[in-house]
Amino acid sequence: MDLELINDCVHCGFCLPSCPTYVLWGEEMDSPRGRIHLMKQHVEGTPMTPEMAGHFDACLGCMACVTACPSGVRYDRLIEQTRAEVEREHVRKPDDRALRAVVFQLFPYPRRLRAMRLPLRLSGGIRRKIIPRLERINPSLAAMADLAPPVSARVRLPHRVEAKGSRRATVGMLTGCVQGEFFPQVNEATARVLAMEGCDVVIPPSQGCCGALSLHSGQEEQAKRFARRTIATFERAGVDTIVVNAAGCGSTMKDYAEILEGEWARRAGAIRTVDLAEYLAELGPAAERHPLPLTVAYHDACHLAHAQGIRSQPRELLSAIPGLELKEISESAICCGSAGTYNLFQPEAARDLGDRKAERVLATGADLLVSANPGCTMQITAAIRRRGAQEIPVAHTAQVLDASLRGLGRVPTIPA
Amino acid sequence: MSTMTLQEPARRFEELLGHGAVITDPVRLRTYECDGLTHHRVMPGIVVLPESAEQIAAVVRVCNEYGLPFVARGAGTGLSGGALPRADGVLIVTSKMRRILSVDAANRRAVVEPGVTNLAITEAVRDLGYYYAPDPSSQQVCTIGGNVAENSGGAHCLKYGFTVNHVLALEIVTPDGDIVELSDGDPGYDLLGAFIGSEGTLGIATKVTVRLTRAPETVTTLLAAFKDIEQGGQAVSAVIGGGIVPAAIEMMDALAIEAAEAAVACAYPEGAGAVLIVELDGPAEEVAHQFGEVTRICEESGAFELRIADDPAERAAIWRGRKSAFAAVGRISPAYIVQDGVVPRTTLPEVLASIDRLSREHGIRVANVFHAGDGNLHPLVLFDDAEPGAGERAEIVSGKILDLCIEHGGSITGEHGVGVDKSRYMSRMFSDEDLDTMQLVRCAFDPRALSNPGKIFPTPRLCGEVPGVRKGVHPLVESGQAEHF
Ligand SMILES: Cc1cc2nc3c(=O)[nH]c(=O)nc-3n(C[C@H](O)[C@H](O)[C@H](O)COP(=O)(O)OP(=O)(O)OC[C@H]3O[C@@H](n4cnc5c(N)ncnc54)[C@H](O)[C@@H]3O)c2cc1C
Ligand code: SF4
Ligand code: SF4
Repeated sequence: MDLELINDCVHCGFCLPSCPTYVLWGEEMDSPRGRIHLMKQHVEGTPMTPEMAGHFDACLGCMACVTACPSGVRYDRLIEQTRAEVEREHVRKPDDRALRAVVFQLFPYPRRLRAMRLPLRLSGGIRRKIIPRLERINPSLAAMADLAPPVSARVRLPHRVEAKGSRRATVGMLTGCVQGEFFPQVNEATARVLAMEGCDVVIPPSQGCCGALSLHSGQEEQAKRFARRTIATFERAGVDTIVVNAAGCGSTMKDYAEILEGEWARRAGAIRTVDLAEYLAELGPAAERHPLPLTVAYHDACHLAHAQGIRSQPRELLSAIPGLELKEISESAICCGSAGTYNLFQPEAARDLGDRKAERVLATGADLLVSANPGCTMQITAAIRRRGAQEIPVAHTAQVLDASLRGLGRVPTIPA
Repeated sequence: MSTMTLQEPARRFEELLGHGAVITDPVRLRTYECDGLTHHRVMPGIVVLPESAEQIAAVVRVCNEYGLPFVARGAGTGLSGGALPRADGVLIVTSKMRRILSVDAANRRAVVEPGVTNLAITEAVRDLGYYYAPDPSSQQVCTIGGNVAENSGGAHCLKYGFTVNHVLALEIVTPDGDIVELSDGDPGYDLLGAFIGSEGTLGIATKVTVRLTRAPETVTTLLAAFKDIEQGGQAVSAVIGGGIVPAAIEMMDALAIEAAEAAVACAYPEGAGAVLIVELDGPAEEVAHQFGEVTRICEESGAFELRIADDPAERAAIWRGRKSAFAAVGRISPAYIVQDGVVPRTTLPEVLASIDRLSREHGIRVANVFHAGDGNLHPLVLFDDAEPGAGERAEIVSGKILDLCIEHGGSITGEHGVGVDKSRYMSRMFSDEDLDTMQLVRCAFDPRALSNPGKIFPTPRLCGEVPGVRKGVHPLVESGQAEHF
């Protein structure tokens, strides 16, 4: 762990109000400033006690503190280093260890994830009966079942989608594990929108995981392995720009050059990762926007807003659609509690944050919630369902744009 | 006091507040060892996180039973070590008490718990057309309880006054554990006034009734860039001398601008040796008139660029650099001391020249940010803590700046308080008799000196910092001008 990065923190506390765990509990140890203090204690020789590890585990990695910090503290780097240190030094309780093993052997592997969908495919009635029971046995298992959306038909994407009209660019597209398995419609929409805006879209088959889940949980080596494989895959596909529609994947891929060393860092640097909204805003509109008479609440995914600084682009893209009215969600900078695997490992905190977010989403009175990250979509939908409130349909930015470009008049939403 | 003797009170606190609200694990305790002034550190004996006034009162009563000193803490952003804990005592943290209890727009008041942040009050009433006027730069994080204790101010206090002008009533837990109310309408002594700015030494605020201010009809913000600080200072004197009371008038020097640029890319005019931010607010007509005057004065004083903001986004862009300045110096220096002093406005140019001399003499950079309208200086003394001796030299410069303030008839603190950090300067400003008289007030509230002992006063006197020990008779008591009761 890098003492110099730790010492950049001047203890001003400006990050406190943006930290979801501080918002929930109001305790110094569960604030960015407190966690950095704990890191310092550890570097200076205090052993990694279970209490200390607990406060690091409770961090969502949402990076709201990075946005808030006027001193430019690299909390993103720090927490990554710290998570790896926790995995090296901290002996977890057996049940915690078992759950982690399941998740890390499952989520980053699309094929295994596919096999898992069956037991998770519980229709409404059964779901409502089984979740309280799971809750008693293990809140994390309940969280898993509660979150998993019903499975939609598997979609095979072509390996290449040709640009409509004159070609403006050629880009690669990441399919992502969770996005690809649970929300294939989003990938279809992404490919179509890019094509309609004049891009040849190259979609390498069997892409595998980008490494985001592993990296955010301190599984450094697994993350590096996945990163190298992803780079090689897109090199083979012959593209130098990769468009990503899942915020968590995009933020990790933008860091590849920092995560990897030597030759691989150089190869990572030769490929540009861009978020879909970022890319489309940069490219400028070519295709015609057809009206969509809708009020839309846009949710800032942490890995988009905080980790990549992408806030204005999706809002601009959405507002440019005729008839569409954009609503802001209050406390938009506070995480919904999804945060990668967080809702599996810290189910209570995730639940409280989910409830907080659901309340604010519903308060907008919007017809549609737009979220650019599969984790957030699952989390917020589950929270709204828990409240027993009138469910609000959710769609990805790509799906809204797709509907407008194709002139559908309505948005085919993600089934919740 | 050994940890053994803290075990029993800790158990009592757990009975009162529940297990989760009492911290005794050393790793966790250490995260509370300092506030925003990090070179004073003490690991608290126990930390408690109460959720109501009743719980605070109960904790304070237990402290009295065992003779334990206690210290209140809000967000821990204080810059004078006011919330520095006691190793033999209890840190009472209000960060879970952050409910806005009521908003009464018709009577322009709101009642809030002490852990509510300054900005949260404004956010809660903005849609009603009101705001909470005092605006410390730390407003998004500091608590109203901390503001009350420090009598905090901010850029807009020139026109609107400090915390003391905006708190209408308080509910406090007294140092012996009673819950009492202090209100500005109370007949007799102004106890509310005595409590505000008392830095946690007279008890703990548990409920704060604040005045809400009507949002002004028009706000215009102007940024003027000057070649140097002298020109900027001239403009300030001319504005105030001309009878204009801007909502705010703030100045930053070249080094402070450099830091702000590095942190938030505020894009202030290139080549500026000083920038002045002037904000005017009020009825449209009045603002328009004052605006004409201020632009004329700035131009006459040598401003080479003027920027004007009329909408909130442009205004925020101008303020962003200023509001981030303290924390932003972290970008250009590994370590720094935020100093806080006051000088009469007319002596500003002279004092700044002396600060510059000090800076060169000691080889320590000083960035200047200040509330120019009321002469409140915030010199940021920069140093590299890895360089041997640099910290000491920075301390010397920092201390000499305070001497300058006293010499010029000013004060050692404008808004950050005395805390532990400046207690040793108190005797440079006040005579022993003055300090003893202040102690009499303190003893009237807190005869056992349990509430935040060791702060403000340079040496324990009179009722003493040790419970029950009294040193001699106070001169005022001896001369018959005051008495103990
Ligand atoms: C970057 C930065 C910028 C700042 N800018 C300004 C500024 O522009 N103007 C300004 O005035 N200050 C400023 N400050 C200083 C600080 O924010 C204020 O002093 C603020 O009021 C402290 O609030 P807090 O909640 O952090 O209190 P803490 O630091 O936790 O405590 C401060 C003092 O208040 C006492 N206290 C806390 N709560 C209570 C309570 N409920 N009852 C009784 N006593 C209590 C504590 O014992 C302590 O003595 C700045 C600080 C930073 C770090
Ligand atoms: S990453 Fe998010 S949860 Fe973690 S410390 Fe920062 S703000 Fe808090
Ligand atoms: S805002 Fe930055 S410098 Fe300030 S306490 Fe948080 S991490 Fe540290």
